[in-house]
Amino acid sequence: MSTLTFGRAINAGLRRAMDNDPKVILMGEDIGKLGGVFRITDGLQKDFGAHRVLDTPLAEAGIMGTAVGMAYRGYRPVVEIQFDGFIYPAFDQIVCQVAKIHYRTQGAVKMPITIRVPFGGGIGSPEHHSESPEAYFTHTSGLRVISPSNPQDAYTMIQQAISSDDPVLYFEPKRRYHVKGEVDEGSDPAASSMEKACVVTEGSDVTLVTYGPLVPTARDAAVAAGDDGVSVEVIDLRSLAPIDFETVEASVRKTGRLVITHEAAQSGGLGAEIAASITERCFYHLEHAPVRVTGFDIPYPYSKLEFHHLPDLDRILDGVDRVLGRPNSLSGLER
Amino acid sequence: MALKNIESVPGGPDGPPPGLIQLITADGIRVPDPAYDPLVADVDGAALQGLYEDMVVVRRIDAEATALQRQGELALWPPLLGQEAAQIGSGRALRRDDFVFSSYRENAVAYCRGVDLTDILRVWRGNASSGWDPYAINMATPQVIIGAQTLHATGYAMGILNDGDDAVAVTYFGDGATSQGDVNEAMVFAASFQAPVIFFCQNNHWAISEPVGLQAHVPIANRAPGFGIPSVRVDGNDVLACLAVTRQALARARSGGGPTFIEAVTYRMGPHTTADDPTRYRDANELEDWAAKDPLKRLEAHLDSRGLFDEAFTAAVKAKADAVAAELRAGCLDMPEPAPSDVFKHVYSTPNSWLDRQQDHYERYLSSFADSASSDGSS
Repeated sequence: MSTLTFGRAINAGLRRAMDNDPKVILMGEDIGKLGGVFRITDGLQKDFGAHRVLDTPLAEAGIMGTAVGMAYRGYRPVVEIQFDGFIYPAFDQIVCQVAKIHYRTQGAVKMPITIRVPFGGGIGSPEHHSESPEAYFTHTSGLRVISPSNPQDAYTMIQQAISSDDPVLYFEPKRRYHVKGEVDEGSDPAASSMEKACVVTEGSDVTLVTYGPLVPTARDAAVAAGDDGVSVEVIDLRSLAPIDFETVEASVRKTGRLVITHEAAQSGGLGAEIAASITERCFYHLEHAPVRVTGFDIPYPYSKLEFHHLPDLDRILDGVDRVLGRPNSLSGLER
Repeated sequence: MALKNIESVPGGPDGPPPGLIQLITADGIRVPDPAYDPLVADVDGAALQGLYEDMVVVRRIDAEATALQRQGELALWPPLLGQEAAQIGSGRALRRDDFVFSSYRENAVAYCRGVDLTDILRVWRGNASSGWDPYAINMATPQVIIGAQTLHATGYAMGILNDGDDAVAVTYFGDGATSQGDVNEAMVFAASFQAPVIFFCQNNHWAISEPVGLQAHVPIANRAPGFGIPSVRVDGNDVLACLAVTRQALARARSGGGPTFIEAVTYRMGPHTTADDPTRYRDANELEDWAAKDPLKRLEAHLDSRGLFDEAFTAAVKAKADAVAAELRAGCLDMPEPAPSDVFKHVYSTPNSWLDRQQDHYERYLSSFADSASSDGSS
């Protein structure tokens, strides 16, 4: 076991994947000498060479499209998108090519591409640097979408993503890059699945589902609720497409109450998918309609207002109160 | 807004502007070219006859597929009529281990790669999203998103470089595609990494209804040097010239010289697809002008002038084209129907819990009809 920050854990996972497979190459803007704007690829170009850690021209569609060609040639490209809000120029290549080539070619051509995306807010950045675009990709068949919430998962899941024969979007909660945790660097990534959700706090009254940057917030909320006599079970989804609904369903069958929280905008988001799917699966076990505590349906706001947009401990607890029928911010509102 | 008329764009139907590489004129006269003659010195009479046969066969494939579409056997077909020389000349220059990334109109290139004829039709009959295993003929399946494949070729070429191999990636696209960001980004990447890739642009003068003058106010080949990529304009209806310039580009790429941009100036004599009606947007005179430069007719005239176009040869070519057309038609009509559960196949390479559940539910739904049919019968 070693103590690593979230960011260093990704770096260690990338290094191990590159050690294990010479076909693993990294592509992105500023990832070479600089080590990426968040230093996630720090030192990798020096150790593996410029032919395996490619600083690319500043063109996201170009990066993604050439990664497709590399994959055709038998490589396993790991692409870094510098910031969440910069992924859209690559959207066409991701949705029309990366996601569909395996289907289009009836399995003849695999697209084992990992797309690393620092995402989410809370770092006081200007526009385009704090977005949560995951639902665009969870809605796209052919892609797998995951988001680790802690250094151990970051380390393991990046290796699992790279070894997946399907394309994987790996959403990194950038505001947690500096969080430290214990990482077992000898652990075998093949021994676990990146698609299994994890019950991070056990509880019996309310199921609180989240992922990525809000997992620590949700855990804090569970502690606070416990002080108030409410037992909250926190589930870290880890995988956003597909979602491990079995784990969520088992929890909701126990608690009868579901709160979902994410930074991304509410309408058409993952919370809606989770609420609908769980309602379909165990309607008669629900004591209250599922409640979503999410970012608003707004462009990501300027930084002085971002903490109004981002769900925090108190807003999550307000959602918990709602599913429990306790006094809450919407009490008396009949809609 | 006034758009420049295509006649005023070099490469329009007014004839070859300076710098257009041409080895056989529209009248079939072989014109010497000290720079390009050595590249085709090995192309003797028999080889020219072979190129002619190829062009006749792919034109026949085109005609047969168009007929199949008119007869309701294909949903759609994108004819390449008029572009045979550009595709056969370049396609026959390639080595087996080179890799092609094309659009949807390069059926003649696929023919050169040795595609199973039936596979060409699968997409257009609606039986598959693509026809062939790309690794079987080293050619990606047709790309529908305009220009997207140029980036794939460039990335593939970057992979070739990493492997220390001397294969070349070749990407085909049209004049319309040159307006796409992907094509421009591909040229940036290709130049930066000196990737062994050939950008083979068939300027067929039309992007559905939009004339090339809407895409470019300078010859398209003039753009590439701005990216640091050498370029050449070639008479795209001259199969020998297309072979020569492609060989030149391949040699450059194999020897570490990086990318080349080829603009093959040709003409889409048919519609964009069988769903299109060019009489709504283009002048019949323009088609006539280009018919006079037909790639088959000029090689026919050239072969004839050399005594290589006798009855035995033309009969053999006709027999080959007939046989190919019959094989194509039979392959089309005999194509097995996909099974309902195929709709879920190959979305992922390993099981996916969301999709598995949907498939399971849909299969239960389908089997519910079987149940009700049998219970109806017994009640």
